[in-house]
Amino acid sequence: MSVELMIAIFITLVGASTPILLAALGELVVEKSGVLNLGVEGMMLTGAVVGFAVTYNTGSPWLGILAAGFAGAAASLIFGFLTLSLSSNQVATGLALTIFGTGFSALFGQPYTGKPLQLFKSIFPVELATHPFLKVIFGYSPLVYFSLFMVFAVWWFLQKTRAGLILRAVGESDLSAHSIGYSVIGVRYAAVAFGGAMAGIGGVCFPLLLTPQWVERLTSGRGWIALALVVFAAWRPFRLLAGAYLFGLIATMELYAKAAGGPFRIIPSEVWASLPYLATILVLVLISLRRDGSASAPACLGRPFVPSN
Amino acid sequence: MTKFTRRTMLKIGGAAATLPLIGSRAFAQKDKVRAAFVLIGTPDDNGWNFGHDQGRLAMIEAIGADKVETTVVTNVAEGPDSERVFRELAQQGHDIIYATSFGFGDYAHKVAKQFPEVKFEWATGNSTAPNLSLYNAKFHEGRAVIGTVAGMMTKTNIGAYIGSFPIPEVRMGINAFQIAARKVNPDFVTKVVYVDSWFDPAKEADAARALIDQGVDVITQHTDGPAALQVAEERGIVGGFGQGADMSAFAPNAHLTAIIDNWAPHYTKSVQSVLDGTWAESSVWDGIASGEVMIGDYNAKVPADVVAAADAVKNAIADGSLHPFAGPISDNQGTVRVEEGDIIDDGEFWGVDWYAEGVEA
Repeated sequence: MSVELMIAIFITLVGASTPILLAALGELVVEKSGVLNLGVEGMMLTGAVVGFAVTYNTGSPWLGILAAGFAGAAASLIFGFLTLSLSSNQVATGLALTIFGTGFSALFGQPYTGKPLQLFKSIFPVELATHPFLKVIFGYSPLVYFSLFMVFAVWWFLQKTRAGLILRAVGESDLSAHSIGYSVIGVRYAAVAFGGAMAGIGGVCFPLLLTPQWVERLTSGRGWIALALVVFAAWRPFRLLAGAYLFGLIATMELYAKAAGGPFRIIPSEVWASLPYLATILVLVLISLRRDGSASAPACLGRPFVPSN
Repeated sequence: MTKFTRRTMLKIGGAAATLPLIGSRAFAQKDKVRAAFVLIGTPDDNGWNFGHDQGRLAMIEAIGADKVETTVVTNVAEGPDSERVFRELAQQGHDIIYATSFGFGDYAHKVAKQFPEVKFEWATGNSTAPNLSLYNAKFHEGRAVIGTVAGMMTKTNIGAYIGSFPIPEVRMGINAFQIAARKVNPDFVTKVVYVDSWFDPAKEADAARALIDQGVDVITQHTDGPAALQVAEERGIVGGFGQGADMSAFAPNAHLTAIIDNWAPHYTKSVQSVLDGTWAESSVWDGIASGEVMIGDYNAKVPADVVAAADAVKNAIADGSLHPFAGPISDNQGTVRVEEGDIIDDGEFWGVDWYAEGVEA
């Protein structure tokens, strides 16, 4: 395999991984605060369609990304209101959010179907972005750099800031956090809104980064992969990055191997297709072997908080 | 006020039960047909489902909105879910139900058995029943035309084909493309990538990237949208082809021409036969000759000699002087599959499990 081809594979896998990475990062923060939001797919679709509409009408992908973030956050705040203020079941409400987002995006997207869009171009000079080797560094959409920045930002926030500590405390022991005076509901609202914004931006990666069109169910279930990835990564941002790129590598290698033919064809496509799941199972087994509890889910995950005073 | 006792209910029920017996004779000729279309995706995919919906609209236009009423159910998964949809539509009193995807077949058959008075039609299917007909289009005829364009325009002599699933129909589309391309370019090969989905635009786009990174400069697809064409446009390769519909809006430079599905003639004929009471079990498989498969406009960058060669193939298929699968045909392992003077006929078509010479799959 030539170096050029390896570079091409890497660039494609980064693109394929980015929407999943962004959505999963948002969900990671949500789950760290003790909330399980299964509505990622719906929020991604909401962000995708609103971001598409704004980009199409204004010609500015930056405004589109901003709008996608707000739209995702708005969708997630519906979930937040139902689960945090009204204490409804998080699993059922999250699934409802996915169904809502799918329907909303289909309805809202009607006027935009069949309308082509431009991909969000690299922010670097063309010579850098298309140079055979330098493009490994400079050849991506701004959304890719944003996603990498956010991995670091989320890690820094959770590990190094006081606000991050409070958020983790709320996720590990809501009653303790509440009793020493932190607003559990307030923290969770903020986390849910952030998760929605990230899912929305992840969604807008589809029309801006991968395939510049709007069609119903454009995300094809990648919101669910994002959810699985959070577990795969054991709620750690850098492991999430590695996991997202691993999933992307497997999915991309499948396509390149099929296109290359020759010896690669010996591996049936069913094997390629099952690799991400096998990897997830393997990681889950490895996590469960670690008894120190460092890789387990936040203790309050999915439990509604009702202050009893 | 009438009291509804068990006895009166039984009477009403008994009277109602005899109604269908009278009805089926008295109303053999219908005043108004209720037709339902079950789609695997949505009409806005610019491809397969769009084609069926355009056919439906043209059919309403032709028959008259006062004589036909349509229901469209979108996003129906190929599985037990579709059985529920078919049963619901049959119970609602639809006269004819169009199941527009291959994977609906088993479920349509099951429901057809339970509702013998409702007519079913299964697109791209492979088995009929007394009240279940088949209809399909010979897309491979169109693929022979675009294969000619691909073979003449490629500079790398490598074409690509993004397939959904390795089923005979998709395989034969690949074969038709490759056989036609090789007639005009003996060095032409076709690289095949299956994406294991009818609709996953992001994966289709990534497959196109993978193929172009490996030297492909013309690309075609048997999935439901324009994703591959958009990548072709972005990368500036020679080009690609619309599938199911004209997709030039998505790739003004890369879109060389398109295979357009035109279901209007079939839907019009079919609904008219329900109106007339003449609908019968049948298996329809039309192509270029009857206008069910059409070739779109050519991009300005396609040279005149290529257009002429492609049109010659199209016209020869239309008048029957050329069969896309006329021998000699060898497979990609070197075995002769079709002798000189033979053809693969419609019956053999559905059993083909090999690829033509030059296909890398």
